[in-house]
Amino acid sequence: MATRELTPAPAGLSVMRPPRQGSASWPLVDRAGYWLCWATGVALCLITVAIVVFMLVKGISYLRPSLFVTSPAPSLQQSKAGGFFDPIVGTLIVTAVGTLIAAPVGVALAAWLSEYGRPSRLARAVESAIEIIAGTPSVVLAIFGLLVFSQSFLGFLSETASDGAVTGQSFLTVGVIMALLALPLIVAAAREGLSQVPDRMREASYALGKTRARTIRRVLLPAIRPSIAEGVVLGMGRIIGDTAIVIILLQLSVTKNEPVGSVPVLNILRGTGSTLTSYVFYNSPAGEGNAHQKAYAAAFVLLMIVLALNFAVIRITGGRDRAESRRRRLLRWLRP
Amino acid sequence: MLGALGAATLVLIAAMVVTVFIKAWPSFSANGLRWFGPGGDVDAQLRAMAEGTPLPSHSALYFRAWPLIWGTIITTVPAVLIALAISTLAAIFLTEFAPAPVRRTLEPVIRLLAGVPSVVYGLIGILALAPLINDHLISEARRKSVARVVQLEGADLMLAILILAVMITPIMVALIAGALASVPVSWKEGSAALGVNRWRTIVRVSLRTARPAIVAATVLASARALGEAIMLAMVSGGRGFAANPLDGVTFLFEPVRPLAATIAQEAGGLTIGPLSHTLYAIAAVLLVSAALLSFAGWAAKQPLRRYGIRA
Repeated sequence: MATRELTPAPAGLSVMRPPRQGSASWPLVDRAGYWLCWATGVALCLITVAIVVFMLVKGISYLRPSLFVTSPAPSLQQSKAGGFFDPIVGTLIVTAVGTLIAAPVGVALAAWLSEYGRPSRLARAVESAIEIIAGTPSVVLAIFGLLVFSQSFLGFLSETASDGAVTGQSFLTVGVIMALLALPLIVAAAREGLSQVPDRMREASYALGKTRARTIRRVLLPAIRPSIAEGVVLGMGRIIGDTAIVIILLQLSVTKNEPVGSVPVLNILRGTGSTLTSYVFYNSPAGEGNAHQKAYAAAFVLLMIVLALNFAVIRITGGRDRAESRRRRLLRWLRP
Repeated sequence: MLGALGAATLVLIAAMVVTVFIKAWPSFSANGLRWFGPGGDVDAQLRAMAEGTPLPSHSALYFRAWPLIWGTIITTVPAVLIALAISTLAAIFLTEFAPAPVRRTLEPVIRLLAGVPSVVYGLIGILALAPLINDHLISEARRKSVARVVQLEGADLMLAILILAVMITPIMVALIAGALASVPVSWKEGSAALGVNRWRTIVRVSLRTARPAIVAATVLASARALGEAIMLAMVSGGRGFAANPLDGVTFLFEPVRPLAATIAQEAGGLTIGPLSHTLYAIAAVLLVSAALLSFAGWAAKQPLRRYGIRA
């Protein structure tokens, strides 16, 4: 058996690839460990399948086409409480605002950190600052946002009550805080991409007389487009799934999205409303709506969006990865 | 110009830490270090602040957070330990034993498990699992034995720990698998050449080399578990009750109320003076703990650099 283990394996694979029946000669304890590994692997798959199938069954049995086109309405009767048209629109708005802010800022920060990194003290400090955002619980980010955006000089972002108090609650403010949530993912993905661009590409560009800034814009950024796209999609997933920021920076109750002011588009952004996550929370036993069937239906839609984003990432990263870099990707996807 | 953007990010983070602390200060200064200690019913204290009627013979900011801190500890620590065991085995499976087709299924599965929004986990927990626990696992005798202190209703510590463990497992699998995969093949070959079988090689060489990364993964996952608010607000029972491990099995069925979940549950009262100071104080504690854990995770990984391993 030992000789079989040492036969060279195909390139890129570990030499330790198992002969399938390999564990037969091992001591009992070692074999138990081997089977325990298999058992946990299978168990993880089973848990995921159970979650997806459970939500599928609940979702399909409670989902009605009318839920997608009617607005939520305050009513004690479930049949009159409307659907989740506004929450879906809300999710789209929040995701769009958050991504539009986080993507350019994230890519610019990544380019600066990887390509310039000077003054290096500042760069180190910014790196750790991004780490701190990545580790900050979203509920803390949310109440920090509430504190900042209820300052009177930022009143134009949200609604000002008649007594001059600024609510700080609007789709814009949610979007800005959501951007903080997505930022570390986008920065990490873009930096990983930049680190894989070979130096000869930069040198070739310099040799042609391009400045560093133009090299970044014309050579490096196009080269890492898939990495950026991946980071952005990961960030979108994080934004869509977050509840704490929405229930604190939009309202806790779920009604129609309420515009503020009269300027088109801006009035919706300045207004409050709900998203799918806050709709689920509101209609769960933890919230006030307490309409289980609608919570299941909305949660099912949410899960399907997350699944779709998952497939999008698989499409973007494509089959062009070797095993090694695939593992790195798995790691990046799950950066805490 | 890009440097200015970096500086702006830095200023923003500094402002976040500073403003949260300024807003939290009245609560800390009114209670002193006893803020962290036990003392009375924390639910009643929060309710009194929300209603603006201070408890008799206490100041408006009177607050003793111990039941909430204890609730955070007894949900986070067991969940992280369970996740540590599961994810170490799963990571070994993923990097060493899984045949290629199995690995190709397992990786997206783990990603999906990480991507499920916490509100969906919470919904499944409170609507599907809590009634199961309530109907089948909690006996009437057990319910009666603690009825004078607390009601057992299915949304409890056990559920919180289990779901939290499922939620943080994917992160830990990814971090540990990344470290195991970057252990130099020649080290494992050396062990195999000495006639050591694959399992022992994994335990004695790979796991031992990756140990700093495993510690780091554990610490980072604790930071994530610490900050989980929505799922815990839904399934933990939401009762500021310092569950007592000496209660034996009943302990698992007792409701808890972790720190982050409290902020989410009391979010409606963020405009009320004393309550908002208290909630920002909780946020400040979470912020500092999360930052310390991030730093500890970074520090724990440093020994790997010595081996020239990037993980």
